[in-house]
Amino acid sequence: MIKIENLHKSYPMGKESLHVLKGLDLHIKEGEFVSIMGSSGSGKSTLLNIVGLLDIHDEGTYHLNGQLIEKLDEKKAAVLRNKFLGFVFQAFNLITYKNALENVSLPLYYKGVGRKERQKIGMEYLKKVGLEEWANHLPSELSGGQKQRVAIARALVTNPKVVLADEPTGALDSTTSHSVMELLKEINEEGMTVFVITHEEDIAAQTDRIVRLKDGIIISDEKLNNKVEA
Amino acid sequence: MFDLDGWQEIFQSIGKNKLRTVLSGLTITFAIMLFTILLGMGNGLKNTFKSFFSRDAENAIFIMPNRTSKAYRGFQSGRRIEFRNHDVDYIFENYKGNIEHIIRRNQRQVDITYKNKKSNYSLIAVDPEIQFLERADPYEGRFINKLDLNNKSKVIVIGRMTKKDLFPTGVSAVGKYVNVGGLAYKVVGVFTDPGGDNEERLNYIPITTAQALYGNNDKVDQINILYNPNLSTNEAIAFGNNLTIDLKDRFDVAPRDQRGMRIQNRAEIVQGTQQTSGALDMIVIIISIGTLIAGIVGISNIMIYIVKERTKELGIRKAIGAKPSSIIKMIMFESMFITSIAGYFGMLVGMGALSYWAPGLEKYFIKDPQVDTGIVIFATILLVFSGIIAGYVPARRASRIKPIDALNED
Repeated sequence: MIKIENLHKSYPMGKESLHVLKGLDLHIKEGEFVSIMGSSGSGKSTLLNIVGLLDIHDEGTYHLNGQLIEKLDEKKAAVLRNKFLGFVFQAFNLITYKNALENVSLPLYYKGVGRKERQKIGMEYLKKVGLEEWANHLPSELSGGQKQRVAIARALVTNPKVVLADEPTGALDSTTSHSVMELLKEINEEGMTVFVITHEEDIAAQTDRIVRLKDGIIISDEKLNNKVEA
Repeated sequence: MFDLDGWQEIFQSIGKNKLRTVLSGLTITFAIMLFTILLGMGNGLKNTFKSFFSRDAENAIFIMPNRTSKAYRGFQSGRRIEFRNHDVDYIFENYKGNIEHIIRRNQRQVDITYKNKKSNYSLIAVDPEIQFLERADPYEGRFINKLDLNNKSKVIVIGRMTKKDLFPTGVSAVGKYVNVGGLAYKVVGVFTDPGGDNEERLNYIPITTAQALYGNNDKVDQINILYNPNLSTNEAIAFGNNLTIDLKDRFDVAPRDQRGMRIQNRAEIVQGTQQTSGALDMIVIIISIGTLIAGIVGISNIMIYIVKERTKELGIRKAIGAKPSSIIKMIMFESMFITSIAGYFGMLVGMGALSYWAPGLEKYFIKDPQVDTGIVIFATILLVFSGIIAGYVPARRASRIKPIDALNED
């Protein structure tokens, strides 16, 4: 599903440039539940941004769903994001003046789905994350865990190939974190590829595969056998 | 161009972000309102100014002989200068191309009586063309004509106010005889004059009649000329000056004698009027443009602020699949919608204020403060367009910004 070879990325920092990713190779198959571990500055967020088409890489190749990602303009990137990717952010990033249902349905609007249909599908996904009763509430009226559930529903609503989660529990307490991770796990069990970025060991431990990143290179890549227990 | 869903997005964004809607709306409303009011006031001032000068024909030259005040060519000062018919012919023959009409004019005060009503009026003996100079219009009957002139008819055209003074209401004056200083004249018409009540108390008889009846001579008190309207203001002034020099020479009046022969040229007043009117125009234009620029700067600032404020939201939209073009469209249409409505509102308020205040403003020399709706609509469109341009630049930047940078922005 995601195939990365010899990926490089640097950021200009004044006259110098900061080499963040130094030749990554990573292959994630469909249906995997992968976490990228690393301390801050290890390059994990950069990796997620590149994988999520929110940023572009300098060198190497990146295949998403078999498609080579190169020379993407913003328009193409937007279409691909809408089609293949769902995002879950640490800061939720819900639109503050839209209620839960509208937030969930918004990606469908950009996909060109009609209003009635949007609301129907949006409602389905809100139900899936257990928030159908909160459909008409604004983000400010929801708890952190609820906001993240809305964000997850929004990530899923277009039925993407990959869900990318950037520190999805970073702003949540441990109980809520646990329930959010449970939700991601459920989604994965339904066949969705889930790609989580975290710096917390216990979060990573709930995934099936942990890729550890340090100073822009992969230092370990281990498979866990959570699945058997689950 | 934009589907129903697009508009719903916009309405929601407008409705849920009242502060910025009101801010950008008010800027436009105020700018257009001030523009309308200032422009209207300026126009009002111009109207007042123009109304002072538009009562009589503008292409008139008045030549009034009097007593000389300087000795010249062996003549003592204090000599009375008098025009006769042949002087009028002389002017007409020598300046044909410059003259549209030349009018002899003798004036005296008389009592006019109809039945038992009597009052004192100016009786003006003239050539019929005086009606073009005075812009007098027959209101009943006709004006005096060439036939009256040739026949030296004892006919009179009375002013509307004269008729009102002497005749009972509802009675036609035409065909009635009035007693003018002891002589019976037949009223052939009643006229109106835009110059107002005073000019409507004047009464005209043929000049030939007056010359025959009062002294049996061919004296002319005053010569009025309507110069060729094709002359430019400067040509008309030159014509007046040449005529003055020529007549002063003909009558042996010292060139610097201001009293012996007075020539009043409307062209000079017109020139002054044009200059003042031009200055007023300039002031109005500068104020209007200033107001518009203030509005443009205001709406531009607000648009930049709005886009800045929405950067994160735009980043979210991009992350979930919004194309750059849809981001730009959203911002443009939103600003266009708000500014159009606000501009329209400002126009209504401005025009409403003008018509509400108009009656009270006459004492400040502001008459009929109207604005051309077209100009206000143009100004509104200009502001809407500026809002769009001002919004487009930051919107395009926002649409190009990497979603991740927008998301990291707080």
